[in-house]
Parts: sequence; structure tokens; C-alpha cells
Amino acid sequence: MTRHHGRGIASINYPIGMNLGGDPSQALVHSNPSGKFTVALSSIDLGQGMKSVTRQICAETLGVPVEDVYVDTADSDTGPHCMGSFASRGTHRVGNAVMAAAREARGVMMEAAAEELEVNAADLETDGRGNIHVKGAPHRSISTKDVAIAAQFKQGRTISGRGIFLVPLSDVDPETGEMSPATCYAHACLVAEVEVDDETGEVSMVRMDSAYELGRALNPRLVEQQLVGGAWMGVSHALYETTEPYYPNPAHGPRDFVDYLMPGPGNICPHDIAVLERPAADGPFGAKGPGEMCANPVLPAVANAIFNAVGVRIDELPITPEKVLRAIKAQGGARPQPRR
Amino acid sequence: MLELRKDIFADERDDNLKEIGKGTQRQDMLGHVTGTSTYFDDHKLQGMLHLKVLRSAHPHARLRRIDTSEADRAPGVRRIIRGSDVPRNLNTLLSLINFGKDDEPTLAVDKVRYKGEPIVAVVADSPLEAFEAIAKIRVDYEPLPAVFDVEEALKPGAPVVNETYPKNTFTYHERYDHQKLRFGDVERGFAESDHVLEQRYQMSPIEHAPTETNGSIAAPDTNGRYVVYTSTQALFFSLDTCAKILDVPSNTFHFIGGTVGGGFGGKVDTLTEPLAILGAMLTGRPVRYVLGREEEMQYGPPRGAERIFIKDGVKRDGRIVARKITAYFDSGAYTRLSSYAVVKCAAHLPGPYTIPNVYGDIYCVFTNRTPATAMRGFGVTGMDFAIECQMDKLAHLVGIDPMEFRIINAYRDGDMKAHRREAKNTALIECVQVAADKAKWPLREEFKRMSSRKEGGGARAEIPPTPREPVASRPAPAQQRTSYDRGIAMPASEQRPVAPPPPPAPPSPPAAPSHGATRFSSVFGTRRR
Repeated sequence: MTRHHGRGIASINYPIGMNLGGDPSQALVHSNPSGKFTVALSSIDLGQGMKSVTRQICAETLGVPVEDVYVDTADSDTGPHCMGSFASRGTHRVGNAVMAAAREARGVMMEAAAEELEVNAADLETDGRGNIHVKGAPHRSISTKDVAIAAQFKQGRTISGRGIFLVPLSDVDPETGEMSPATCYAHACLVAEVEVDDETGEVSMVRMDSAYELGRALNPRLVEQQLVGGAWMGVSHALYETTEPYYPNPAHGPRDFVDYLMPGPGNICPHDIAVLERPAADGPFGAKGPGEMCANPVLPAVANAIFNAVGVRIDELPITPEKVLRAIKAQGGARPQPRR
Repeated sequence: MLELRKDIFADERDDNLKEIGKGTQRQDMLGHVTGTSTYFDDHKLQGMLHLKVLRSAHPHARLRRIDTSEADRAPGVRRIIRGSDVPRNLNTLLSLINFGKDDEPTLAVDKVRYKGEPIVAVVADSPLEAFEAIAKIRVDYEPLPAVFDVEEALKPGAPVVNETYPKNTFTYHERYDHQKLRFGDVERGFAESDHVLEQRYQMSPIEHAPTETNGSIAAPDTNGRYVVYTSTQALFFSLDTCAKILDVPSNTFHFIGGTVGGGFGGKVDTLTEPLAILGAMLTGRPVRYVLGREEEMQYGPPRGAERIFIKDGVKRDGRIVARKITAYFDSGAYTRLSSYAVVKCAAHLPGPYTIPNVYGDIYCVFTNRTPATAMRGFGVTGMDFAIECQMDKLAHLVGIDPMEFRIINAYRDGDMKAHRREAKNTALIECVQVAADKAKWPLREEFKRMSSRKEGGGARAEIPPTPREPVASRPAPAQQRTSYDRGIAMPASEQRPVAPPPPPAPPSPPAAPSHGATRFSSVFGTRRR
């Protein structure tokens, strides 16, 4: 019995947002009389951090601290229409809608501040800490709280904004497939290192090294959470998961997590990630979406690493020990390829 | 470990930002780590009833008789719901974007098309009583031949899975059984190649495996409205789907969700809301319908299987000159979203590479298994597996390092993509370079100096001459949806003749929705370049 090491790579790109567009999202932003802002959405936080990333976008655009913004999601009576949380569209589509709404609200806030300070709104700037002051004259300043109070009780203005983002729907040519599927694409390349046991056919992950290009990492910790978790979903898809182990034969379908295999804590390996940021022209602060594409390069990188380790090509997912062992036996034993 | 490579593309960014780029703690972190975040199933309403469904025991069978008389009298049973109780039993999810025909019942009526298809719903005081009543329902099945293999399903004489699509394939552009992609001349490309490699790839169905299974709670509210707590990934998508199925105006519903215990694409199908609301309408009580783990795993929709054939022509120097792909997406018994994944997959070909000749035929095929749906990487994950395994084999074949092989073929700014749009904002080469660096994978100096921003465009920006194929004529309108009025005529300005000639008849006007249905947009209807 021998354990063979191998490395494999894959590189991919991924379209951001619903294919062909036509998938709008709306946002509403308003201030309460204390200068605290609420973002109303009907979008969904699946755990990926929709609330947090839109909160940061709103704070940055308004020029207020993130603590002064609260995001309320998914109530059809208060949140305006959103197509939904899928297709890597949250950051890009909803983020843009929130940015537009925050920009409109900021316009009103600056007008109200200008009236209080008796200056031109164009001469004002925010300090990001809850104050608005005259450019070059920080002592001529007013807090966003005092602006909100003045707007509400004295000036009769509503510090609020509406935002929508829509990539117009594209046609598809029936004969050539000509179409505009997406406005921006994320990119990735991943190297997987595996160990293959030629007696049992079992594949263990040794390490992963990757580079993901995402336009802009709006919150690097949320990005890390997506990429680490997503890559493990990729490992799980590559080596473990299916509801039909002998597809297309539907027999032996798993019914719980005893039968439906996934990697556990004991199967974890180091994953060293680099994030590149090439801003998308229409992304909020250039951001694309890391949600879906993070899993995709892992599946083929693992398959290619197995070939490098023992010289067999497994072209059917998942790559179970049974498939690896049968393939090794069929070629008369492991044939390790040159180390790389 | 995550490293931000701010040095790359630095000239394209303004990094002078205050909140963006910070690793701020999530707004909902405290609730999640202390177990106090509110999910749909945390709403325990007074007088709440529980709904469970009887599922088909066969993958394909005619329903001769459904006898619920004993179940009707079972303890705790408040209401039994049949297909005939559902106002508009037949629906297809993407009717909201006017894509596809209504092909799936909420509750099966005359036939079941996959094992586990819902036939009867029981609303009872407790889940146990609902299950016990379900055990008392007698269904007389007439089993029919079933088909499970996508290529078998396409053969003449194969069992018809879904009568809405009698050839077992979704209909594209009202005339084709697949989505085409045509760019250049692959046959000429193969003739000019030093090597041609044809391979088959297969991906099996995959479960989303969320911690929280699909579910919803619907309750009568004041003024004839219903409040619905739901795990949906798409609030208005689910709301408008329910408005259509239950045939009421959309403002009848107040949907509340937003905090979901894992989705990954498995919570866009509006699996539970229509029956939960209908249960509430029929009983006047709150009704909870939550899938068990076995239901979620076997009868909740998976990521669909894909079978992919790739034929590539490659030159000795590593340039791929032709790529031909035939792929079959296994949609299961109904359309759900696989039809749309097919179009996205066609747009994705030939992967992130500039190849002068590309040909794709992608099929959405019906088989007698649980309908497939979206999942993370929708339409792309399986294809990327196939393409990237193929890339490794090609590199091996021509004796070029697999990293360098990808850089040789990588798309760059200004290149023409196979779906006939210019590549912009590309970064594949840089990702390969950085990954190689991280993994200490040696790249030759010339490959380290290459850039996505250099040497693209020019001849690579051209659309190559593409052979014309005979254009299929549109079949008779009998194929099209006739179930509701055709009131809305399409403005002439939105019509565009289909290229290449001869142009077929102009598109028929889209069907008008009934008052309960909202159409968000119209795929393949309104035309834009």
C-alpha cells in the first residue's frame, strides 16, 4: 500500500447576477430624527452577510459611521422589490440599489446641513465619524444628529433616498446564442494537493492555494468566510456528495447525514487564499460577487491532482474511493505522474 | 488565511475609503452565535396546525383512484387538500419572467412523474396526526415505464415524462429542443488541429444540505390578508408565485423572512408556501409546513445532474483552435429552473479562454426523477469541472505545463467572446500567476510577465465567419401556451427579426397574466442588443 501525492490546478471565471439581466433590486434609505439610518430591503440574508455588506455600502456612501446604519431585510410590506438572493447578485445588484438610495439621502442631508451652516451644500463634506463640515474649515461643523433634528422639526425635509439597480434584459439569438449574459465576471485559479491511497482508493486533501479576483473585497472577513466555506463545498462536491450514488440508477439514495457524506472537521486542510481586486465598471465600489464561484475551481483541481498522483482520470462526480480503486485496478496499479 | 494583493490593478482603484474594505463584524453576528436570531420556524402561533403531504411511491404512474375516506375521519385531521382544491394547480416557476409553459402541479392529479411527488396534503393538529392520517390514504397506482437516463429519454419511443413537453426536452425559442451557441467553424478548426480529443463527463445530482430545511408558516391576518413566515431565498418571487397559484392579488400576502439557515439555491422553488397558505385559507388557522430531512434530501430539488461531451482541437504550440460541446441537463420531471441554467451554460462556453471556433448544443431533458433546481454555480459548476479536466488532459497531450497552458489560452481585455460580446475587466492570467506563486509552482519568466491588459483584441476581437445552418421553422401555435388570454400585443419597436435569414414569423404576443400573476420581465420577449 502506498499513499501518493499529487497536485492539480483549475482556473475559472464566473458571471455576476442573473443571466441575461432583467433582475432588478430596490432599496429605501431613511434617517430617524437622531441621524440614525435604516435601509429597508426585501432581500434575504442567507448567512452570506447581505445585511453587513449593504450596511457598509450605505455608511460609506452617506459618509456616516457604520454603527449609524441598520439594515432591515425581507418584509414584503416595508421592503421594496428585490429579485432574490441567488446568482451571486446580492453584492452587485442590491449593493448598487443601496448605493443609489444612500446617494439620494446624502443629497438631502447635505442640503439640510448647508441651511443650518448657512453655506453652499457643494462646499460641505462628511468626516465619516458623524459630522459634516465646511471643506478646509473643520471648525464650521454640524453633527448628522443635529442635521436630522433640524431637517425633521425645523426645515420639514425627509432625509431619505430611493434606489434601484437594473441590468436591462438581454435577448438570446436562437441560431448563434448571441447574448449579453452578464456585465462583469469574477475570476479564480486554485491549486489542490491531494494524497491518494492506492489500496483503498481514498483521497485526502493536503492543502489548497488559490487566487480569487472579486472586483473589490467590500469586507475582507466576509469574503474570507465565503471563499473558505465555498472551497470546502467544492471539496465535498468533488469527493463525497450525491443524492444518487449510482446515477442514473436512482437506487440507494441517502436519506440523512449518516448516508449523505460530506467532509468533517477531520478532513480539513490548510487553504491559503490571495484576493485580487480589479474593479468592475458597474459594481458598487467595483465589487463583483464571491458567492458562487468559490466552489467551482476545486472540483476539477482535485480531479487533476488525483491524475497527477496515481495516473487515473475520473470523469464522473463524485470521485468516490470505489471509482478511484476500480480505475487504478483497470490500469494495473498506480502510475504516479511527474511531481510538480 | 487571506492575503489582499492590493499591488495588482492598484491603478484601477481608489482605495481611499472609510467603511468599505474593513472587516467590520456582521450586523447579525451576536444573534447567530448566541442562538437568538429569529428564523421562520421560531414563530409558534396560537392554534397552529401542521401540514404534511402524501408522496408518490412510484417514479411514474397513472393515478387511478385516491381514497381519503378513512383519513378524513382520522383523529386530529382538520382538512385534506387535493389537487382540485388548488385554484391554479399548474404552474412553472419562471412564468414570472415569461419563460416556459406551466408544467408542474402543486398536487398531482392524474399522474405522478417522480417518486416522492406530492399527491394529497393533510392538515392536522399535530405532525404525528398528519402522518397517521397520510398512512390511511389509499392510492391506486397504475405504474408506467420510467426513464432515468438523459440520452435514453431523447430516443424515439422513450416514455413521455411530462406531457407539456412530449419530446422530453424543453423548447427553446419555440422551435428548438436545445440552446445553440455558434461561433466560427469548429469542423475547419478540427481539420487544422494537431490533436483532437473527445471526452465524456458526468456529474450526479447534489443536495444543498442546508441546516434549516425548506418550510413556511402561514396565518390569517386582519382584512383578509395572510402573513407568511418563510425560509425563501427570494421573497417576492415566492410571494408572486403564491399569488398566481392561489389566484389572488399579490397584496393579499405579507411575506416575512430574511434570515435563512442556508440556501445555496435550494430555497427558490416556493416548495411549501402555496400549500401552507391554502391550508390557512381553508381552515382559518395558522398552518406550518416544514420538510423533514429525508424529504429535503430526496424530494426537495437537487443540483441537477449533467452529462457533457467535449471535443477539442489543439495545436502543438498549445493553442486551442476548436471546442465543440454537447451537454444534457437532467431537469427531472418538471422544468423548475434547469431550462434557464442551460442558457447560462451556453453563455459560459468555452470557459474563460479565447478559442476561435466554438460550438455548443445544450439540452434540458426531462426524466422520472425529483425536479432539479438552482444551486451555487448554477449552469456552470458541472461545465467547469468538464472544461478544466479537459484542459489538464490537453496540456498533458501537448506536453505543456498546465498553468502555462491556461495562460496561453486565457481570454484578455478586448477579445471577442463566443456569445459575441467583447471581454472586458478580465483577470484570469493574474489569478493563475498569483496562485502559482502561492503554491510555489514554477512559471517561466515570460509567463510571469503576461497580462490580461496586454495583447488582447486586434484579430482576437473579430467575429469569425460562422457557417449557416438551416433555420427551423416555428411549430404550430398548438405548442404554445393557450391557457390564458393573449391580450398584450408587443410594441413593434421591441421586435427584431431573427438572424440569419430567412426570418421566421414574428414572435407571438406574450400571454397576459391573470390578476394573481405578476410578470417581472419577459425573457426572449423584449429584445435588446
